[in-house]
Amino acid sequence: MYGKRLRTLALTTFAALTLTLVLAFFWAPNDADQGFLQKIFYIHVPLAIVTLCGFIYGGVAAIAHLRTHDSRWDMRSYVAIHLSLVFGVGVLITGSIWAKGSWGVWWDWSEPTLVSFLLIMLLYATYQPLRFAIEDPERQARYASVFAITAGAFVPINFVIVRLSTAYLHPRVLGNVSANLPGRFQVVFYLSLVSIALLWITLWRYEMTSKHASAQLRALRRLLAGEDEEQLPRRSAVPTLSLETASAGSAEGGGGAR
Amino acid sequence: MIPLHDAVPYVAAAYTVFFALILLYLAIMSGKLGRIERELGELTELAARRGAGAGDRDEP
Repeated sequence: MYGKRLRTLALTTFAALTLTLVLAFFWAPNDADQGFLQKIFYIHVPLAIVTLCGFIYGGVAAIAHLRTHDSRWDMRSYVAIHLSLVFGVGVLITGSIWAKGSWGVWWDWSEPTLVSFLLIMLLYATYQPLRFAIEDPERQARYASVFAITAGAFVPINFVIVRLSTAYLHPRVLGNVSANLPGRFQVVFYLSLVSIALLWITLWRYEMTSKHASAQLRALRRLLAGEDEEQLPRRSAVPTLSLETASAGSAEGGGGAR
Repeated sequence: MIPLHDAVPYVAAAYTVFFALILLYLAIMSGKLGRIERELGELTELAARRGAGAGDRDEP
């Protein structure tokens, strides 16, 4: 049942991404200032928005973990942060390519949006090493949740601070939508945002399914090997799920990933 | 306005990076899926051996 839903979601994502690409290149006109280079924004900006939302979701899931002590929430938070880091790398690279084309430089340290995003990425780059440094799974999950909440709260604060800063060099896509994104630009931009968000959700569910299957297999292996051979799991940054928890998660549909 | 012939390589590079990143992620996940499949095979074998062992003990 769960696999069928994932397949439907994956097909919807594929269709949405294809439509976005077709509209972006063959329907939306070239920007008066940026020209064809502006097409980069249809992936760069939605990627950035979805990345930041993913980090915030990681924090929300971490709050749920601390409240319920249910390790499935820790897994949700872990996968969200992990996936957002991958998307964040895409944001940094596509942003640099755009900067080179538009400004003539790959990076500008005086530009607050770029530097603040890099800071967020560096902050989250410490998440996996933090988890790996703690051997006890319960303590690891607790500390990681505290980190995810703190860092998740930093994301919107950082966003507001950058908006309030006066040295604007970076184009504002969502600052004043009606003024900055007329007609077809707006349609394609929002479609692109939906497509990238769907992509994030699909990959998140895909990874959740994989993690739950691995957890179930590990637990089954321990069961089949017998109680005497039961060992502590080897040190890993990945959250630990018991057989009951993993089974419950799968029954829910990949840890509630409906 | 930035000329089209100047902008095309940058746009192509950005979209290539995006799709390459997604494909790389999927390739890594496929590797993990392969490992799960292998482990599942081992567990099935282990369960079958246990089943056969239990059957031998039940026989008079």
